Amino acid sequence: MAQQAEASTLGMWIFLVTEVMFFGGLFTAYLIYRIWYPEAWAEGSRELDIQLGAFNTAVLIGSSLTMALAVRAAQTNKQRATVGWLISTMVLGLVFLVVKFFEYKHKYDLGHIPGPNFHFEGVHASQVEIFLSLYFAMTGLHALHMLIGFGIMTAITIMAVRGRFSSEWSTPVELAGLYWHFVDIVWIFLFPLLYLVDRAGHFA
Amino acid sequence: MSTTAAAASPVTYLNEKTTVASWLLTKDHKRIGLMYMLTVTLAFVVGAVFAGLIRLELATPAGDLLSSDTYNRVFTAHGVAMVFFVLIPVVPAVLGNFVLPLMLGAKDVAFPKLNLLSWYVFILGMTVTFSAIVMGGVDTGWTFYPPFSTEGSDSNVMLAGVGIFITGFSSILTGLNFMVTIHRMRAPGLTWFRLPLFVWALYATSLIQVLGTPVVAITVLMVALERFAHLGFFDPRLGGDPVLFQHLFWFYSHPAVYIMILPPMGAISEVIACFSRKNIFGYSFVAFSSMAIAVFGFLVWAHHIFVAGISPYSAMVFSFLTYAVAVPSAVKTFNWTATLYRGAIWMRAPMIWVFGFLGLFLVGGLTGLFTASLGIDIHIHDTYFVVAHFHYIMVGGAIMGYFAGLHFWWPKMTGRMYNDTAAKTSAVLVFVGFNLTFFPQFILGYLGMPRRYHMYPPEFQVLNVMSTGGAAILAVGYLLPMIYLTYSFFKGEQAGSNPWMATGLEWTTQSPPLPHNFADQPVVTEGAYEYSKREMKVA
Repeated sequence: MAQQAEASTLGMWIFLVTEVMFFGGLFTAYLIYRIWYPEAWAEGSRELDIQLGAFNTAVLIGSSLTMALAVRAAQTNKQRATVGWLISTMVLGLVFLVVKFFEYKHKYDLGHIPGPNFHFEGVHASQVEIFLSLYFAMTGLHALHMLIGFGIMTAITIMAVRGRFSSEWSTPVELAGLYWHFVDIVWIFLFPLLYLVDRAGHFA
Repeated sequence: MSTTAAAASPVTYLNEKTTVASWLLTKDHKRIGLMYMLTVTLAFVVGAVFAGLIRLELATPAGDLLSSDTYNRVFTAHGVAMVFFVLIPVVPAVLGNFVLPLMLGAKDVAFPKLNLLSWYVFILGMTVTFSAIVMGGVDTGWTFYPPFSTEGSDSNVMLAGVGIFITGFSSILTGLNFMVTIHRMRAPGLTWFRLPLFVWALYATSLIQVLGTPVVAITVLMVALERFAHLGFFDPRLGGDPVLFQHLFWFYSHPAVYIMILPPMGAISEVIACFSRKNIFGYSFVAFSSMAIAVFGFLVWAHHIFVAGISPYSAMVFSFLTYAVAVPSAVKTFNWTATLYRGAIWMRAPMIWVFGFLGLFLVGGLTGLFTASLGIDIHIHDTYFVVAHFHYIMVGGAIMGYFAGLHFWWPKMTGRMYNDTAAKTSAVLVFVGFNLTFFPQFILGYLGMPRRYHMYPPEFQVLNVMSTGGAAILAVGYLLPMIYLTYSFFKGEQAGSNPWMATGLEWTTQSPPLPHNFADQPVVTEGAYEYSKREMKVA
């Protein structure tokens, strides 16, 4: 059992490495274009709502805390606490996605969705379109990972309700925790890269 | 007598359960390996039919058999089927799945369910991609370069892209599974430097699969988003850069060449030691050269982009690094040759395939250096020289290596021998047919015949007819194994547990192996190739 747990944990870490490489492609594209088009990046970034972004960052860091507490609770045989912290994690994740939805909707109302109907008043409109393409791809992919996280978390919560975890065996909670922290860390990078370009003196 | 009947047919992984469901729901790595073998063979036949169409069209200078548009779809189908559904999975998923746990003295891979899932993901990806081919095809080439793939082409780019995206996960999951298996499932006493070199090769391959495949996945996804949702990543009208796609694409697709060639190289090391009855020359050099190829393989991708617009300085660096990656490949080749030197060489079929591999891989590797040098690359870029070069590596190297390994482990997989003469004939036919097909293409390319056109000037016809004739011989060479191996599977004579008197844990269990591989947990006390301690019992 211990050997199986070790194998699963190693497998999860390797999987997270593949995730880093997966997002890495988009980060590379971001890096290249940011070096090429710094003005457009600043212009595009100012279109994003810094307060909502900061709020969501706090929410997601909070969900990582509750996730860590869930892992701790599972390892110390506290079944009700495990379930409670897992549900809090999902609630915080949901808050994040609701905020994200309203951010997307605002962009849609302004015509800031890349494509034939893209509408943007500014000197660097077409490069801003690349910025916003990357914004939607990166945050969209991140949101998709959160939805997958909900699926995993629901399964784990059901297992926890049935009392499957103990200090002897809590591997699934730990693996779900690793995944959730990874999704959180991606956002920690996305927030400054997308929301905080050249914002000194342009706050809000 | 009932006792002898029981002794004659012991319980094996093949006859333990025989229902269709017992195969489709199996978690046994050996059965999954065989299922991959059938799937990959099917893809190989599909890819080969398209190759045949290409060669038929090119038998005459006029574009008379296929229209130029159909021709585009045919060579794309050939490339997509062969690269993603044959060359990348063939050795890891077929031979690797079958022998890796046996070599490690383990009951199975670390995650058997995940292993079965990989196969289903592969089937799903293959179904989606092949349906794109059936429903009219794709005309972008297997490389999907934008802006043609994002807005120029009106073919099924989306569907094929989605299929390849799905298939990528199969590759990632297999790599992940193998890495954890090699770390965690080794038998007592099986230290890293007692591992068979095939295991080292699979480990290095898995590393590339895990680090590289996600990058091509996101790249294909970006093309799909650009084509479908009109996001702009590579669109020059917005200030986007199509060359960025090429960088991201080749960041995976060059290392993918090493996914194709490293595992066959591992199989070659096994066969060469066994049939020379010698310890492999310079074990640790061969092991580390696999790792070096995996690492350096990630630093050479831009040599595909020399003429697409990169700075001369980065071109020089990538040219140099490409030369550097040839060093570990050369280390392997020299070590294999040194293993042969003064060996008691035993001329059985697997060894004939190995000799074919050595000759073809050598030519493929050396012509890779031609294409890596900046000046020559400008002359031969996108010509038949490049086509010939990578076929020497991928078909001459990878497929020859696969057949060497397949003929080596076949008695273990099925418990039966095949006709040795037929197998040798097939190896010779493939070698001759292959050279006749592809060597003229070096000359064609050097003379300036570009790739991906369905017509050419009449002065190129002689060489093209040679190439088409060679392809016909090659086809016979590949059909033969399908016949004599199928016959062997049902009617071949019993092989016994170790017909080659080989070292390695996989030969210590019965053939075909028990459902859970070993009756007792094996313990390892010596290195992988202690042939000097074994006596040769055959004439």
